[in-house]
Amino acid sequence: MKDRFIVSPAPHFHDQTTTKNVMWNVVLALTPALIFAIYFWGFKSLLLTLLGAVSAMVTEAIIQKLRKVPITVSDGSAFLTGMLLAYNINAGAPWWIPVLGAAFAIAIGKQVFGGLGNNPVNPALLGRAFLMASWPTLMTAGWSIPKGGTLSGITDPSVIAVNLQNLSPKAYDLVTGATPLKVAQTLRDSSFVSSLSANAEQGFDLANRIFTNLTDLSALKNLFWGNIGGCIGEVSVFALLLGAAYLLYKNIIEWRIPLFYIGTVFVLSFFLAPLKGSGFSPLLPFFHIFSGGLMLGAFFMATDYTTTPITKSGRIIFAIGCGILTVVIRLYGGYPEGVSYSILFMNVLTPLIDKFNMPKAFGRVKK
Amino acid sequence: MRLKTFPGGVHPPDEKKYSAAMPITEIPLPQKVCIHLSQHIGSPSKPIVAVGDEVLTGQKIAEATGFVSLIQHSSISGKVTAIDRFPNATGFNSMAIQITGDGSDKWIELIDEQNFMDLPIEEMKKRIGDAGICGMGGAGFPTFVKLSPPADKPIDTVILNGVECEPYLTSDHRLMLEKGEEIIIGLKLIMKILCAEKGMIGIEANKPDAIAKMQELTKNEPHIEVVTLKLRYPQGAEKQLIYAATKRKVPAGGLPLEVGIVVQNVGTAFAVYEAIRYKKPLIQRIITVTGSPVVNPQNLLARIGTPFSELVDFCGGTKEEVGKVICGGPMMGFALPSLEATVGKGSGGLVLLNKETARLKEEGNCLRCARCVDVCPMNLVPCMIVSAVKYDNQKLAVSSGLNDCMKCGACAYVCPAQIRLVQYIDTGKIRYAEAKK
Repeated sequence: MKDRFIVSPAPHFHDQTTTKNVMWNVVLALTPALIFAIYFWGFKSLLLTLLGAVSAMVTEAIIQKLRKVPITVSDGSAFLTGMLLAYNINAGAPWWIPVLGAAFAIAIGKQVFGGLGNNPVNPALLGRAFLMASWPTLMTAGWSIPKGGTLSGITDPSVIAVNLQNLSPKAYDLVTGATPLKVAQTLRDSSFVSSLSANAEQGFDLANRIFTNLTDLSALKNLFWGNIGGCIGEVSVFALLLGAAYLLYKNIIEWRIPLFYIGTVFVLSFFLAPLKGSGFSPLLPFFHIFSGGLMLGAFFMATDYTTTPITKSGRIIFAIGCGILTVVIRLYGGYPEGVSYSILFMNVLTPLIDKFNMPKAFGRVKK
Repeated sequence: MRLKTFPGGVHPPDEKKYSAAMPITEIPLPQKVCIHLSQHIGSPSKPIVAVGDEVLTGQKIAEATGFVSLIQHSSISGKVTAIDRFPNATGFNSMAIQITGDGSDKWIELIDEQNFMDLPIEEMKKRIGDAGICGMGGAGFPTFVKLSPPADKPIDTVILNGVECEPYLTSDHRLMLEKGEEIIIGLKLIMKILCAEKGMIGIEANKPDAIAKMQELTKNEPHIEVVTLKLRYPQGAEKQLIYAATKRKVPAGGLPLEVGIVVQNVGTAFAVYEAIRYKKPLIQRIITVTGSPVVNPQNLLARIGTPFSELVDFCGGTKEEVGKVICGGPMMGFALPSLEATVGKGSGGLVLLNKETARLKEEGNCLRCARCVDVCPMNLVPCMIVSAVKYDNQKLAVSSGLNDCMKCGACAYVCPAQIRLVQYIDTGKIRYAEAKK
């Protein structure tokens, strides 16, 4: 009897990376942020995250069953989508918010296009956009105060001005009731500033004083650790950087997109973000890169393989585009935060960016 | 100092530990050999013997059938017992001359030319052609053709390829250690034939003993440089080696001679030396028999046409179940259905993989993760070529680089979805080549 061996085309060797371990490694890298969220808001944040993840997996399994294709929920991609969706909602949201959002993300954001690898935009962000459009108040108001912190990140909102509460109840409500970016947006609104005080000069001065406090070192420290108001997974810059470092080390995400995205926001906000009347401040760009969903977006969503360009130069263009849009939305748009819409918008442009950035083969002369 | 290399590429585990320290051992004469008529690029050779003829070791048994073709010789003495289709080193069957040995290994007459360095260039080329030498790194391009560049393409540099970037293989490594002097003479002969003033020997940094040996041997040779290269696959590919060593870029679709360079494998240089000095035909080569299932992995000196099963038996057989047998290295080698096939002129290794390593993994969806784009040494977009081939879009496949792909397999090596990119690309190459006809 002759030996019969496996015959297949070369290569006969493969490295250890698989779709499954890429996905679960990203989940692992997102875990520090979840631990911080549990510390800030209790187990409610864990529950909401798990609800999102489970809802995503169940939705995916049901649709794959209906489509009569192999059920691949164990690859972790649905879990990751559900997790990222939950990271984008506020810890005070009702339980059905992540459930509906994740189901929408998987069904409409991913499976209708053919599942893994075929979705045009980031499904988690699409899910978030769906929730924002359907339940805007649940998504942008009613923030829970984090343990050991304040919503606006200002360490002690009552000492901004002597007796702020009496001086201007409206200003007091703002600094105690809104997230950092919302405060910054509101302070740019001249009708709000003029309503702060009967004396225009005084109102203007008060706004500037709040703005200085919002972006000072002690506030930045709060932004870095994450004891501020915001979505479950976005608040702690420290926890997200920890996970990002792991992914960079494991070569799962590449450095170009986060670097150029965050870099663009940094540079633009230095020049564009100062409040009218206040000068340039080296702290202000840090306020902009530490606040909102930028860290989560730049490291974990804008680096999503499927929806970002495959060429190196394309990735840089994509990232700079995200950065410009984020700053434009934050400073001139209707929303305090623009990360998710910027990424969604650039996702849509991805095929076009790729088309114009195809590399020249080794040894081919540029035409 | 930063070591020289090329852009892109991967870094698979080198797995050379099995056989790197094993000296070259000649294995006993096989009882039967199969000399394939197509072991090279070009038209197949034509038999000039008939069943029943007696032949000597080294006797010419098949002639070339064109300019790009090759002469074949008997590798043992005995009787021609069949001219038929036999399994070859690429996993298929093809025409071959089977010779049953008489055990005496009676050779044709060899010479020992004293002043072989001063022979006329045409005589040198004739001896290389008569010896049936083709590139011994795997592709098997007839060597005398490569040494006959058109007059308007002057060659200034000859690069010897001692990179051996395929995992597991150590045959070139051992040859450099044990036949270093002869390789250098072979290089000088090639330089003389091409009127090239510079010689280079490219070796990857994982072979420090071979680098030291070659440096020692060339310390009084101002025209020959030993280039230490950073460990990276596929550095042994011609265009990548040329770029790593000289920073010259071979134009896409072009040959190295267009940038004034000819690359030869170190084994080819050794064969050139033997052919010119002794008129010795290419009837044996070094082949690494290795892999975790092999009891005693070794570097064997084997006659061309020796059945692979005899090599494995000589190495003590196998100690675990074999899942896959590869002729060549694991990145570009051919999987063989059985051990019946025989050693060819380009067979540098026989790699046995166990069941676990050989297990084929399920293909998933492309994530567009772009790992294939990052590692492609030809700067192509492999995932795009694959989807273009899948949806039969010839224009997109070609514009994504279908024709520039050299099938090194770096993309399929890193693909997290286990997509067999090389297979799709090969399908595309074949389909669209047929469409052109």
